[in-house]
Amino acid sequence: MSSAVVHDFQYESPSHQAQTAVAGMWLFLATEVLFFGGLILSWIYSRHWNQIGFDAGARETKLWIGTLNTGILITSSFTYAAGLTWIRAGNTRRLVQCLTVTLLLGVAFLALKFGLEWRDDFAKHLFPAASMFKITGAEEGGARLFFIFYFISTGLHGVHMVVGVALLLWIMQRARRGEFSALYHTPVHAVGLYWSFVDIVWLTLYPLIYLVGRG
Amino acid sequence: MNLSLPAASTNAPEVDHLLLALLLISGAVLVLVFALMFRYIVKYRASSSFDRGAVAQKTWIFESAWTVVTLLAFFGLFVWGADLYVRLFQPPPGALKIYVIAKQWMWKVEHSGGQREINALHLPVGKAIELVMTSEDVIHDFSVPAFRIKHDVLPDRYETLWFTVTRPGTYHLFCTQFCGLDHSKMVGEIVALTPPQFQAWLEQNGTAGTLATEGKILFMRYGCSGCHVGNGSGGNQSESTVRAPPLTGLYGGPVPLSNGTVVTADERYIHDCIVLPDHQRVAGYAPIMPSFAGQISEEDILKLIAYIKSLAPERPQ
Amino acid sequence: MNSPAMASTVVEAGQIEGSYLTDGFTVRSWLLTTDHKRIALLYLATITMFFFIGGIAAALVRLNLIVPEGLLGSAEAYNRLFTMHGVVMVWFFLVPAVPVTLGNFLIPLMLGARDLAFPRLNLFSWYLFILGGAVTLWALFAGGVDTGWTFYTPLSTAYSKGHVVLAAVGIFIAGFSSIATGLNFIVSIHRLRAPGLTWYRMPVFLWSLYSLSVLLVLATPVLAITLLLVVLERLFHIGVFDPAIGGDPLLFQHLFWFYSHPAVYMMILPGFGVVSEIIPAFARKPIFGYKFIVWASVSIAVISFFVWGHHMFVAGTSLYSAVLFSILSYLVGVPSAIKVFNWLGTMHKGYIRFDAPMLYALGFIGLFTIGGVTGLWVAALAADVHLTQTYFVVAHFHYIMVGGMVSAFFGGLHFWWPKITGRMYPEMWARVAALIMFIGFNLTFFPQFILGYLGMPRRYFSYAPEFQVLNVLSSAGATILAAAYLLPLAYLGWSVFYGARAPANPWGATGLEWQTASPPPTVNFIQTPLVTQGPYAYSPPASEGEPHV
Repeated sequence: MSSAVVHDFQYESPSHQAQTAVAGMWLFLATEVLFFGGLILSWIYSRHWNQIGFDAGARETKLWIGTLNTGILITSSFTYAAGLTWIRAGNTRRLVQCLTVTLLLGVAFLALKFGLEWRDDFAKHLFPAASMFKITGAEEGGARLFFIFYFISTGLHGVHMVVGVALLLWIMQRARRGEFSALYHTPVHAVGLYWSFVDIVWLTLYPLIYLVGRG
Repeated sequence: MNLSLPAASTNAPEVDHLLLALLLISGAVLVLVFALMFRYIVKYRASSSFDRGAVAQKTWIFESAWTVVTLLAFFGLFVWGADLYVRLFQPPPGALKIYVIAKQWMWKVEHSGGQREINALHLPVGKAIELVMTSEDVIHDFSVPAFRIKHDVLPDRYETLWFTVTRPGTYHLFCTQFCGLDHSKMVGEIVALTPPQFQAWLEQNGTAGTLATEGKILFMRYGCSGCHVGNGSGGNQSESTVRAPPLTGLYGGPVPLSNGTVVTADERYIHDCIVLPDHQRVAGYAPIMPSFAGQISEEDILKLIAYIKSLAPERPQ
Repeated sequence: MNSPAMASTVVEAGQIEGSYLTDGFTVRSWLLTTDHKRIALLYLATITMFFFIGGIAAALVRLNLIVPEGLLGSAEAYNRLFTMHGVVMVWFFLVPAVPVTLGNFLIPLMLGARDLAFPRLNLFSWYLFILGGAVTLWALFAGGVDTGWTFYTPLSTAYSKGHVVLAAVGIFIAGFSSIATGLNFIVSIHRLRAPGLTWYRMPVFLWSLYSLSVLLVLATPVLAITLLLVVLERLFHIGVFDPAIGGDPLLFQHLFWFYSHPAVYMMILPGFGVVSEIIPAFARKPIFGYKFIVWASVSIAVISFFVWGHHMFVAGTSLYSAVLFSILSYLVGVPSAIKVFNWLGTMHKGYIRFDAPMLYALGFIGLFTIGGVTGLWVAALAADVHLTQTYFVVAHFHYIMVGGMVSAFFGGLHFWWPKITGRMYPEMWARVAALIMFIGFNLTFFPQFILGYLGMPRRYFSYAPEFQVLNVLSSAGATILAAAYLLPLAYLGWSVFYGARAPANPWGATGLEWQTASPPPTVNFIQTPLVTQGPYAYSPPASEGEPHV
């Protein structure tokens, strides 16, 4: 692709289109806030009525994995933002490097979350739909409820992460083909917003899963 | 075609007055809107070419005027409706409690004296009635149009509904929350009798035991007496190895909870203790009471509650 | 595919050669189009199909109710039919109808733009709609769902024997179509306005669709998560709405109505927008109180998020929440009332013509006002206790949705038909259809107010015999209403091939869409328009010729 930047016919200029695309991504992220927001509000409401069981469930979560994963995701948002800064200065090579690191961090998160943590949860009979459940007695109902929210929220977050990884691969491929420059890198910007948003969702889930009720 | 609905409760004529006012206001608005529309389409039709004159410039005057009028009228209606509704929430003290269990697709009614009915509810006229209702499965709704009342009936919790019947007669009972296949067949009769007739009905339909006496049997059968010892079943609390809150005198009194609040031990509270002990833990006791959810039927829970009630002196509410 | 360089468009009045309709005749050029106008037609065909599916379900429901024991003989079938009617009509007709057909077609034109901000997203949203519709129809025809369109738990999660998961997945997918459409509209209105087209120079239709789009974008995701929770609870036999583990079936109702109440405003706001375009055009007068009307639309959208609890006055919520929701529900009625007065104010001292679009708009005002005042009844707490879950509520929302929204949709369809197709529809038939619709509608639904007061519950397959006369009246009205819907299908279809060729501006209306050919070229405008005055610059007919913008 040459360095000339084209824009779609309904826009006045490339920058008009770029800003519009980014505005669209912000609006999409607003819908995601409502999507996860509904889940999180339901969580808070349910915990209010089942505090003891929820806390019993929360004590079964693995704090070290959760905290490590939080660090991984925050770092990945940083590396992506670094890549975006590089391409704004026109440096495709560094962009690709930053994207690679981001991708590896994202995959590491998924491996830890699903390969290690979920597997351990299943082995310890913490899956709420199973007939045999680790916590019994008065706390069982609330603990099962806690783990329902745990699996749904981390599952949904994981789906969004997988989509994010796919988007990263797409951006990397386009970057390697030299499609981005200082003048044109709108997709990089938009995907970066998405990636950071998925990070922020995790930052909201982290205390709900690992911290609340552990005290 | 009968266009009238009996107004058979103390609440009904008040609701009818509100509905009449709504009808009059709606009628006035509609007359105004339709009259203006007709006037305009006649007077200002395109073929009538007279000079319309200047169009109003300061439209904000009209806008503000009709906005304010609308707001005031709406607020008045809100207050009226809310006032009646709030009173519907507050049963008078000493109301006669009758228990209703809904299930797909029938209404089961239990009177304190043990009388049972299916799809029917016999009541005395002139006395405040409080229905304590729960469902065994999905959400239903207990609706009596003649009394202008209805309330959803939920599983695993108690909802209450109160009214005072004013006229003897037979009235429709409908389920009005869609509950599956035979929702439209989940109907019944409310039979309002004069107090002497009602007394006679109670005596004719009595069973061997009241809810409370049957509850006492269940109290022991389900093992409640194992931990809640010394509560009318003999023995001392100290004989139990498990420390459980005493039940004598519990009903109707205050219960301090572990989160610092204090609730009243009513039917709802006791029901939750049996089925969801985690919800409202009593202060100073370990959370070791098992849940009996799914193990005790709603009817049996009612009997247990009636028994626990019998362990408390009559309290003014 | 539809690149502007390729078209040799001729922008003369009355000519169809070189319009968006002739810009490619292959199936591919339609199914892979990114032209908002073609996408609008794809959607029009789709929602018409859904309208008739939902309508047939309604016809069978009304047929059943002519005898107290239920004519269809099977409560199972009846329950699945009224669920089908609700699901199809709400999500596959009422919510999309005006936005995806008239909105898609007109928004770029009214903005003076060449397309929406994200044309490929627009096409993708149609495919999502098709996919969601196909999955939902599969659920409905594979045996159906028997929970009502409201899917209350625990009936839907634990007791229903219908295809709940499949239907919920279909609606979930269609929800993303709505979100995509709303997103596209919001960004387009912000970013693609022609030079000189400030916010306060935009037609009310654009403000209405903007408000609608905010609702689409913010409320639909909550429906998505709610349906997901229902699906998971049903699949795994355990969930957050299950009281046995400490969950709460009322939580479902809160989540569901948090979406579904704004949803009903999603359905009516575009109708308000359509009527606000038709009345100035056919009264030849600027709209009365422009700023009040546009801010009324915005405030309806905002307040609509705070009234969901009025669906739950007898559900077991607290007294305080009920009181709060009642007063907020009255508050949301105020802007709607303002609109009605403003439309009347527009007609005052106007020069009124009675073409079919105007008849539909007048019908809208009448029927919407009836529906609206009955909203005052159900917002009053103690009155709602008696009236909720009865036919009174059914009549209330049908007056607004069908009497209002469907009338507005037909009015808009007729008003912009020449622009969309380049043909005029047959005026006499259209006026007859409008009149029949008004009469048939009232005959069908007015008796239901009385049935509701008398206590007849909704969703009843069989009913107490004393309700029969009113039910028969209602069903008789339904046959007339059905005729009123079939007529336009016939003559509008006819007009596409045999109708008189339409000029660019047959009504002499203001608005940028009338400044280009009927039908428009693919690029909409050969030259980007420059806007120099406000909307509705109508002057009395005797004074000058074509109004200009």
